[in-house]
Amino acid sequence: MALPISYNVRNVIQRPVSTLTTALGVGLTVAIFIGALALASGFRAALVSTGSADNVIVLRTGADSEISSGISRDASDVIRALPDVAPDPDGHPLVSPEVVVVITKQRLGQPGSSNVTVRGVDAVAMRLRDRVKIAEGRMFTPGTDEVIVGLRISRRFAGCGLGDHMRFGQREFTVVGLFTADGASFESEAWGDNAVLMPVFRGEVFQSVTFRMRDPSRFAAIKQVLEADPRLHVQAKLESAFYAEQSQTLASLIQFIGVFITLIMAVGAVFGAMNTMYAAVGARTREIATLLVLGFSPWSIMVSFMIESVFLSLIGGALGCVLALPINGISTGTTNFQSFSELAFAFQVTPAALLAGLAFSAAMGVVGGFLPALRAARQPLAAALRAT
Amino acid sequence: MNLLSLVLVNLGRNKRRTVLTLMSVTVALFLFCALGGVLDTLADAIKFGSESRLATRNAMGLVFPIPQAYRQRIAAVPGIRRIAVQNWFGGLDPANPHNFFFEFAVDPENFFPMYRSEIEIAEASPPQAQISLPADMDPKLAAFMTEQTACVVSEVLMKKMGWKLGQTITLQGTIYPGSWPFTIRATYRAISQAFGGSGMFFHFKYLEQKGMGGSGAVGVYKLELSHPEQAAEIAKQVDALFENSAASTHTETERAFAAGFVSMYGNIPFVLRVIGLAVAFAILLIAANTMVMAVRERTSEVGVMKTLGFEDSTIFGIVVTEAAVITLGGGVAGSLLAKYAIDTSHFNAGGAFPPMTVHWATVATGISVALVIGAVSGLIPAWQASRLRIVDALRRVE
Repeated sequence: MALPISYNVRNVIQRPVSTLTTALGVGLTVAIFIGALALASGFRAALVSTGSADNVIVLRTGADSEISSGISRDASDVIRALPDVAPDPDGHPLVSPEVVVVITKQRLGQPGSSNVTVRGVDAVAMRLRDRVKIAEGRMFTPGTDEVIVGLRISRRFAGCGLGDHMRFGQREFTVVGLFTADGASFESEAWGDNAVLMPVFRGEVFQSVTFRMRDPSRFAAIKQVLEADPRLHVQAKLESAFYAEQSQTLASLIQFIGVFITLIMAVGAVFGAMNTMYAAVGARTREIATLLVLGFSPWSIMVSFMIESVFLSLIGGALGCVLALPINGISTGTTNFQSFSELAFAFQVTPAALLAGLAFSAAMGVVGGFLPALRAARQPLAAALRAT
Repeated sequence: MNLLSLVLVNLGRNKRRTVLTLMSVTVALFLFCALGGVLDTLADAIKFGSESRLATRNAMGLVFPIPQAYRQRIAAVPGIRRIAVQNWFGGLDPANPHNFFFEFAVDPENFFPMYRSEIEIAEASPPQAQISLPADMDPKLAAFMTEQTACVVSEVLMKKMGWKLGQTITLQGTIYPGSWPFTIRATYRAISQAFGGSGMFFHFKYLEQKGMGGSGAVGVYKLELSHPEQAAEIAKQVDALFENSAASTHTETERAFAAGFVSMYGNIPFVLRVIGLAVAFAILLIAANTMVMAVRERTSEVGVMKTLGFEDSTIFGIVVTEAAVITLGGGVAGSLLAKYAIDTSHFNAGGAFPPMTVHWATVATGISVALVIGAVSGLIPAWQASRLRIVDALRRVE
């Protein structure tokens, strides 16, 4: 016969201070665990959500990022003429050749500088990336020294606010608008007119060409056509796959470090939980012996104490979730060395991360409760009943 | 029997609990100091490079080159003794593109003499022909100098990749497309911590001819000064030369240049600090819980001690000391373990950092954090024990 769970619940509530300190120890570990997952998934989400599976991005062969790529105007015209390129409602092909560079900008609020991506686009880019929306101000006027800046980056770097001036080379550009892009990495970029930016930066060369496919299921064939064309020397990737790749190194690094840190921390928290459970078992020596005498099997005693330990840790896990929740949406940023530029993104506490945190806390409870529960179940009856 | 031995006896009374607490403090302080080590390494990375040398790059950012024509004009600025080219290559090992190491194209006749006190040539192939080398260049570089596709590779990288002297390796260009064969003609060893550990250097001429269509622009110029104390003044003069040209320049000390890369990590150091604090707070809770349990067990004993004439303040001291001894033990063990484990790992992220280390100052911080945590976690139970009235203590039934 099993002991009722209410027995454990009451026992845990009976000693509030010790329960709370132990649970908080577990909770902090869980909070850091969820925080690390939220950091990694926020970073990944910013990049992954940038790419669409309907678009193809074309880079020069061998280039591992947009900035190391180069595509001539002739090559971009060849791509534009592909029959697989989807047209917009007016019949113009949805092809966006883009100039991409990174420039050094002073950080706001902390010393030092970092790289910000500047992208030169044509009007078609806004139709291709329909999630890009002006949040404040207005769109830049083609042919002028105007730029728009992603909302996230405008708060993190000096001279990127509405009405501010940016100097590229010999020309001064005015920020006339701030834009959002549903959290995509474009929010970490400044956009201007191709025709104006091209001569300022690297001359007559684009860094990437992105186009919408008429039929996304034909991607493999399109890729083959492009990569086999001797005039082009290019590689074609699904835009979604390209951005997922760009996030891979740093996201897995963050996740690895996060899990590593929390595992070490968990060892410490488990020792704390073991202490508490040993004390709980010790204080109830007579009680346990009585239960054994009444006919509860050692197995059910063991299970009962394991349940108590897991319950205690789950309180901690829930506390950890509560502690971690407020970081959801906090915006942060670091350099993605794959694109050599700053990526601003928001911590993303996903339901999966919360569940993983709870599961993690339960696991700590199982590990921390095992030995004390074993001890409880193996009480020598006579000695235990005599105990004071 | 003095008070310290009383503390020790008390610790030995419930050995399992003492050991568990000690171990959780050890683990936590290990983590605390390991995180501190990452911050220490970043702090060291800021000190990468020399303060007596200048680096000139394009003012817009590192991805923009500087025209080679600038070289003569920079060299003509009084106080500049030598000027060298350093150009990022960004090639990938085709077998494993994630295996990062840095490659720079340099003009060896200036670059190697400039860094002579910071790197030494460890091994080199014998020269194929007699050539006259610049006066202050290591004569072992003769073979490297006579071959355009030759390269000099760090000893660390050679070992990691299993390369041999004289071997031809092929890298896949990213910025400069195509396959790039290089023949390893020498290996180097960094003497100074300030010099990045594991990379390779090759002839800028090779890059220029194969990758830039013969007329190259340069990523970064390194400037050696006759009088390092003039660094700020000369940096200003260099930048003034190009202020109104298409490619204006930004000149700073080599150290500031290196620090620029560290600031690219953005909020990451801050995140590490927050985690370190959370770890410290978590151990505080665990230690405090232990002490509360330890004192509760001894309520009647405290009553007896008071009856025997122990002062309240003595009782208070005993409990606080007991807590501090546990955390100090764990703190010393954990901090030293972190120092040992990290310092012997020699991890340097492919040369992006100086080898990872935990500074002694961080170890000291860790130990003091442990001590403070011990004292704080002992405070409440100690206060309770010292305030306990003898009658209550003795009357209490377990």
